[in-house]
Amino acid sequence: MSAVAALWSTSIGKKAVMAVTGIVLVGFVILHLAGNLKIYLGAGAFDAYARGLRELGEPILAYGQALWTLRLILLAAVVLHIVAAVQLTLTSWAARPVAYTEKEAVAATYAARTMRWGGVILVLFVVYHILHFTLGAVGYAPGQFQEASAYRNVVNGFRVWYVSAFYIVAQAALGLHLYHGVWSMFQTLGVDARSNGVYRGLAVVVAVVVVVGNVSIPLAVLGGLVK
Amino acid sequence: MNLTLKVWRQKGAGAPGRFVTYEARDVSPATSFLEMLDAVNEGLIARGEAPIAFEHDCREGICGSCGFVINGVPHGPRRGTTVCQLHMRVFEDGDVLTLEPWRARAFPILKDLVVDRSALDRIIQAGGFISAPTGSAPDANAILAPKEDAERAFDAAACIGCGACVAACPNASAMLFTAAKVSHLGLFPQGQPERWDRARDMVRAMDGEAFGSCTNMRECEAACPKEISIAFIARLNRDLVKASFRPRRAAAAAGV
Amino acid sequence: MSTETAVRPREGALDARVPPGPIERKWERRRFEMKLVNPANRRKYTILVVGTGLAGGAGAASLGELGYNVKCFSYHDSPRRAHSISAQGGINAAKNYRNDGDSVFRLFYDTVKGGDFRAREGNVYRLAELSGNIIDQCVAQGVPFAREYGGLLDTRSFGGALVSRTFYARGQTGQQLLLGAYQALERQIAAGTVRMFPRTEMLDLVVVDGRARGIVTRNLVTGAIEAHAGDAVVLATGGYANVFYLSTNAKASNATAIWRAHRRGALFANPCYTQIHPTCIPVSGEHQSKLTLMSESLRNDGRVWVPKRAGDTRPPDRIPEAERDYYLERKYPSYGNLAPRDISSRAAKEVCDQGRGVGPGGRGVYLDFADAIARFGEDKIRERYGNLFDMYERITGENGYKVPMRIYPAAHYVMGGLWVDYDLMSTIPGLFVGGEANFSDHGANRLGASALMQGLADGYFILPYTLGHYLAQVTPAGDDTRVPAFDAVRREVQDGVRRLLAVGGSRSVDSFHRDLGRVMWELCGMARNDAGLRKALAEIPALREDFWRNVRVLESGEELNQSLEKAGRVADFLELAELLVLDALHRTESCGGHFREESQTEDGEARRDDERFAYVAAWEYTGTLSQPRLHKEPLAFEHVHLATRSYK
Repeated sequence: MSAVAALWSTSIGKKAVMAVTGIVLVGFVILHLAGNLKIYLGAGAFDAYARGLRELGEPILAYGQALWTLRLILLAAVVLHIVAAVQLTLTSWAARPVAYTEKEAVAATYAARTMRWGGVILVLFVVYHILHFTLGAVGYAPGQFQEASAYRNVVNGFRVWYVSAFYIVAQAALGLHLYHGVWSMFQTLGVDARSNGVYRGLAVVVAVVVVVGNVSIPLAVLGGLVK
Repeated sequence: MNLTLKVWRQKGAGAPGRFVTYEARDVSPATSFLEMLDAVNEGLIARGEAPIAFEHDCREGICGSCGFVINGVPHGPRRGTTVCQLHMRVFEDGDVLTLEPWRARAFPILKDLVVDRSALDRIIQAGGFISAPTGSAPDANAILAPKEDAERAFDAAACIGCGACVAACPNASAMLFTAAKVSHLGLFPQGQPERWDRARDMVRAMDGEAFGSCTNMRECEAACPKEISIAFIARLNRDLVKASFRPRRAAAAAGV
Repeated sequence: MSTETAVRPREGALDARVPPGPIERKWERRRFEMKLVNPANRRKYTILVVGTGLAGGAGAASLGELGYNVKCFSYHDSPRRAHSISAQGGINAAKNYRNDGDSVFRLFYDTVKGGDFRAREGNVYRLAELSGNIIDQCVAQGVPFAREYGGLLDTRSFGGALVSRTFYARGQTGQQLLLGAYQALERQIAAGTVRMFPRTEMLDLVVVDGRARGIVTRNLVTGAIEAHAGDAVVLATGGYANVFYLSTNAKASNATAIWRAHRRGALFANPCYTQIHPTCIPVSGEHQSKLTLMSESLRNDGRVWVPKRAGDTRPPDRIPEAERDYYLERKYPSYGNLAPRDISSRAAKEVCDQGRGVGPGGRGVYLDFADAIARFGEDKIRERYGNLFDMYERITGENGYKVPMRIYPAAHYVMGGLWVDYDLMSTIPGLFVGGEANFSDHGANRLGASALMQGLADGYFILPYTLGHYLAQVTPAGDDTRVPAFDAVRREVQDGVRRLLAVGGSRSVDSFHRDLGRVMWELCGMARNDAGLRKALAEIPALREDFWRNVRVLESGEELNQSLEKAGRVADFLELAELLVLDALHRTESCGGHFREESQTEDGEARRDDERFAYVAAWEYTGTLSQPRLHKEPLAFEHVHLATRSYK
């Protein structure tokens, strides 16, 4: 445990924590996408998937137990990711109290430069997303949200054009975050840096697949493909 | 050619600073950037005004003394080139150039474009060496080092300690500097005994010097006049993580 | 300035105190004779080391490791900036790893011969003896020398030698060796044995009861003038080639520390021995602030030529083969383009003087790679010299692969410096001098890849012993500077600073430095003659007088003031220049880097005069700059027989 504490006490250690929690979160995003795409298989398959998530691990585990465990792991990852990010960001801001009058970005990509505020947008999005599709607390007419009918909830939710628009914007932010984040994980964990091109490529693939896959759903709903 | 310079002028460490505009007239394209500044200073002295203070020494791109930001880019627009090796032919007649000192809390401004980079020395003090007291060395060829490792070590050892990486980094992080030294020494067989303590101690020293934290933006690599790769940062990251899971060596690394 | 406290050297010949006996036993014998300091007592002794280059950095680190209380001073912001960092080529060592017949004796022999028989045999032998230890030490520190695929060290051959004994680290050997010493020094700073004073410039030496006891410095940020006391002082402050204004030295390289010590009584040896390096990028205009060296290794593949006809302004590709003069190949058929530095430099001057020089101002010769590219292909040449071609392109904007490079000689190194005995101690007891700052082991001409060797030998392996021997004979005096002698010197330094600020003239410091450089380069540069030297002796004092009437140093002494720093250095150059010229005038022979036109053979080669000049000329400051007193250290050559250098 002292090794982890030692790690956490350094700037690089905190970044390593961000990278490891990043892996968890990227894994989640990809699995989440795989689940989302079941929408194209129709209401039956999609609702079964939603129910299946809660029945995961039965009969050894009780209904919802596995899902909650995963949720707690995710929550821990999110909290650690954000705490480390905030602490490192504050250090970095303090490191340059007087800004340059003129500063040109020579190598930093747009994605790299927007990690922090992009991250904030993602947090806001996740909060909204849970209130929306998980709890049905926002974005629905009273009584419209039915916990057992995930498919209907998605279709009803995305029929509201500005909700769909917000999801699409959020996915763009997620794509940028993934594009820099996935490559950064390799750099931060120091996985053989000579294969840099491969990691860059992987980052592009993950970002594009996630964004295209997720964005396709509100578009399909608005376009009447999924109804 | 003629140029307009907007130069950061600051009398001393605590004093307020501001940009002052100067004209550089009849500049020959064969002049180096610092020679152009020399000429501007000659003009200032002739008018009884304080010349612009800027640090420089070898003017061959190796001592690491020089460096300031030209139009938002440390050491100016030419890649892999210190400002002393930058020549005026890369600019055009009528250009307006903004000259700013390195800006970082760890590099307090001493005057005009001169900053205090002693924080970098303190990082080296924390472990940027191999403890080999004079006279204790075995025969040079008793230590075999694979050529590829020696070449990579050299790529890292080429660092001139100018501080451009810190200046360029949006976070004012000193990771490239620290990583270059940790990698240089860690790639040699003779650097192995202290490898893990070195990584830990130097990172701790770096964290203690008011530098920011790396977010893999790659600006350092682009600004580095010796074009040192961020692959060395990856290496440092790996070494530091591994080091955290190893026991500290009993004997202090630094010492007599 | 008073010199009452200075030790007057004994009348008659100077004694270097080289131990008697066979040359290969001298150093061993000396080490045994030396008194030792009890390890427990070492921390009671304070040693002031000025300069952090190879000699100073290595010395301070090694002395710190031994347990002495070391204070180390540098005018740079970090010890890593010392000018040793700029050395490109390599470092010699008699390792004989190549099995090509190298030996300590051969390195010794080559160095004495290369120095044109004006070096002290005992010192040079010791240097050769220690050369191997230096490589060992540096490798142990992690210096990234070039290696073979098998993991062993690589070597290459260098000018003036027929064996492959030069160890190198790409074209940045000096940088890597210096960083090794710097890291060792930082390690001692962390351990608390060395206290570092960066941005602190030594402006004078304090001599108490005939011994060097301290220095007075100026803090370059606050302007504070401070005294530091110690039991011994080491000057490792480099050379004075910037007396020529344009040189390959760093802009801040200066003579102030050794010049001040000279004025306090240390003899100055062979000031006229200056090395002009043949392969530098030519001056491009009035704005030129320094000259850039390009490694001599370029001459392995490049051919040097000028047009046969004076005033030929055609571009090089329009000059047919038959109208080109490959003058080095013509004059020195056996060495050709690889003729030694002094000879190549003079040959370039000669053709330019004939009006056959190329490029702006006509001071340049071509270094042409066309033949080598045709033979080996551009890729091979790029592989060998790519970084040098890049540097050439950055500075000149020209592509050396397409058009011939232009080169011209430039002041590079000085063999002269403060006189030291075998222990590297000057004529002031307790004042030691290392590296380029001493008059060194290079005689009248230094061979390539020998400067790094000497700096590190002095710092790692000689000063730590000889200082101990000196300290063992004195009682620790502590670091109390409240002795009247310190106050007096501090006041003098303060007055000196005030004087510079008070002149209030109209001309910048640089303009005087430029003028001095012009006089020195024209009249006391690559070729010297009686009339020219006498002219210089008239012009230098006049320039010095003008300086003290007309120099303009703005701002105050209580802040970072770069003009003020320069002014002090130029003021000292203006004095040293006169001694340099006087030395050149008195030495009517030609030897190594010192070429007197009156003393040449019929075909224009240097002619030494061993009958009259086989001695070290060590000058004493008398209070009158124009009348220094000459002391001679006779040179005996018992192991290397005096012969004429020939490279035909």
